[in-house]
Amino acid sequence: MNLRVLLWPALLMLAAALAGCGPNTSQRQAVYVLIDTSGTYAKEVAKARAVVNYVLGTLEPGDALAVARVKSRSFSEKDIVAKVTLSTDPLQANAQKRTFSEQIDKFAKTTEVKSGSRYTDITGGLIQAAEFLAETGAGQRTVVIFSDMQEDLDNGAVRDFPIKLDGIRIVALNVTKLDADNVDPRRYLGRLEWWEKRTRSAGAADWRVVNDMEHLDRIFARRG
Amino acid sequence: MSFLESLLIWPDRPAPSLLVLFVILLPFLYVAREPMQVLLRRLARALANPLRLGAHWLADAASRMQARNREVLLANGTRDVRLTIEREFERVTTLVQRDLEGYPALQRRLMDEITRIEEDYRRSGEVPPPPPEWVKAVDAVAKIRASGDGVVEHILSEIRDSIDSIYRKVLAEYRGAYQQRHHILKRVLPFWRACAQTLVQVERNINGLHASADKIDRNVDRLEGILANRKDTESVLTASATTQFLVSGLVMLIAAGGAYVNFKLIALPMSAMVGGGDYVTATLRASEVAALVIILFEALMGLFLMETLRFTSLFPLGNITERMRRWLMWVSLAILLVLAGVEVALAVMRDQIVAADVALKQALVDGSVVVPENGWVTRIPTFGQMILGFTLPFALAFVAIPLEYFVHSSRAVGGALMVLLMRAGAFLLRLGANLCREAGRLAVVFYDVLIFAPLAIERWVQKARKQAPSAPKERPMHGFGKTSARTEEAL
Repeated sequence: MNLRVLLWPALLMLAAALAGCGPNTSQRQAVYVLIDTSGTYAKEVAKARAVVNYVLGTLEPGDALAVARVKSRSFSEKDIVAKVTLSTDPLQANAQKRTFSEQIDKFAKTTEVKSGSRYTDITGGLIQAAEFLAETGAGQRTVVIFSDMQEDLDNGAVRDFPIKLDGIRIVALNVTKLDADNVDPRRYLGRLEWWEKRTRSAGAADWRVVNDMEHLDRIFARRG
Repeated sequence: MSFLESLLIWPDRPAPSLLVLFVILLPFLYVAREPMQVLLRRLARALANPLRLGAHWLADAASRMQARNREVLLANGTRDVRLTIEREFERVTTLVQRDLEGYPALQRRLMDEITRIEEDYRRSGEVPPPPPEWVKAVDAVAKIRASGDGVVEHILSEIRDSIDSIYRKVLAEYRGAYQQRHHILKRVLPFWRACAQTLVQVERNINGLHASADKIDRNVDRLEGILANRKDTESVLTASATTQFLVSGLVMLIAAGGAYVNFKLIALPMSAMVGGGDYVTATLRASEVAALVIILFEALMGLFLMETLRFTSLFPLGNITERMRRWLMWVSLAILLVLAGVEVALAVMRDQIVAADVALKQALVDGSVVVPENGWVTRIPTFGQMILGFTLPFALAFVAIPLEYFVHSSRAVGGALMVLLMRAGAFLLRLGANLCREAGRLAVVFYDVLIFAPLAIERWVQKARKQAPSAPKERPMHGFGKTSARTEEAL
């Protein structure tokens, strides 16, 4: 009887040890932040920097983060400002976060002085984000769009085709109202509705609009 | 339209419709009375019988289990008492061996000390007083009267001076002799003390032997009680097992609290070793599992250590040699020490990780760089964590002792609880069976109440037939007749 009693903890430990052998990447998180640098929205980049820093603070070892700009044509790796896959060692991950934050600081400073792009290709940025997130293999994938969500494509750009955002959570942050929206709020609401419909039909797991930057913790609440 | 509504003659007036339906059904119900009542009784019996069987089975099983529990309880009690007696005998043997081995030396020492005391006593004997002749001479000289003769007076004065000087000398010698005797007696004092201490030690040993003998007597009485299968022994053993179960459970809860603190200490730094972003399940990190494994290993090593030190007897280690046992003990202790060292290192790492995290978050918020202070006060938490990390594994090792008590007593307590549950189950099943039987009887009576009108007519007809003198012989009719009574009795 005594041996039987002691067998349970031993089996538990063995099971735990075996279970701990292989990492379960499905619990990792990957975040892709799209920052609109077109037109007047470029001046909001300082806020975007704060959001990126907040996201950095919530990420854990093993998670991935990328920041890309949205400009006239955004479906390009060149538009990725910085990207990182954090090490599983907490101290190394800490150093990586520090470096990443410095890169974003530089980007914010250069963007503030530059004039914004003429057109806004949000769809291109979303496709690029979906590609990046799929490559990370993370279980929780999030695209944060820091934009007024007013897409404005140039003549040559083709974006009116179904896109794939399977399992990706989309969060539209700081969606500012345009002058035209103030005249007719239905434009603003219609715009958000259109994007929600588009992302959900593309397979997005969730669509959220957050304009109150004080409650970012609700968006980036940890899994579990 | 529901099925019930389709049956109604006037759907908008359900009450009259149902009444008419009932009146239509009444003759059929009357005719079907006997088979319906038999059906109801059999249905009740079909439900009650399995329940009663189940109750019987549970009661029997509870009795068997109680008997088995009793056997186990007595066997455990016998083993415990035997073990206690064996340990007490070992103690007595050790005490007797140690003291009896020491007794010749102790006796020799006592004899030496007594001889020395005797010698000293002899040497410190009374110095004989001066011989009486001296006293007589002094008396004679004292009796000589002063005649005024100068020569005589001179002689007398010379004699007095001589006597004085001799007296002083003798007195000094006498005092010196007394002083010497005091010195000798003073020297004897430590020997007396040593004697007294030796005798106190002897008394203590004898008292210890007495206490052990009393304990052995008590345990032998208990063992006799168990072997004689006395009734009070079982209740005493059950109470003892329950107390052990509760106390050991409480101690293990406290130990679990310590293990939780230990877990919290090492879970974070373990992420640096096994990967911080790896998850075993949706909420369980690999680093947490690794920390848990380390704590469980510590507990296991503690278990082995206590086992090899013979504090516990959870494993059948009787078939291994003494050398092997010692080897196991040292190995367990070494692993425990290594794990404690690992925990100290992890405690330091934890502190670094937390400090780096705080600095990073501060930098992310306002871009400031936090420079950690290097004073000894700021390092107190680190030292505290290191000390905790080192001591908790050893504290966890002692869990083996309450665990053993918990395991042994849980059999008795669990068995008693099981018997209680089975008896409660048997009671509930019996109650269910009785309820079913009574429900059957109630249904039969209710059926008669439903068809009271035809039954009343039947009774009236029977009565009329009895009263009529030329009435033919009564035809047996179903209703309140013998058949019904018999079946009711049978139920």
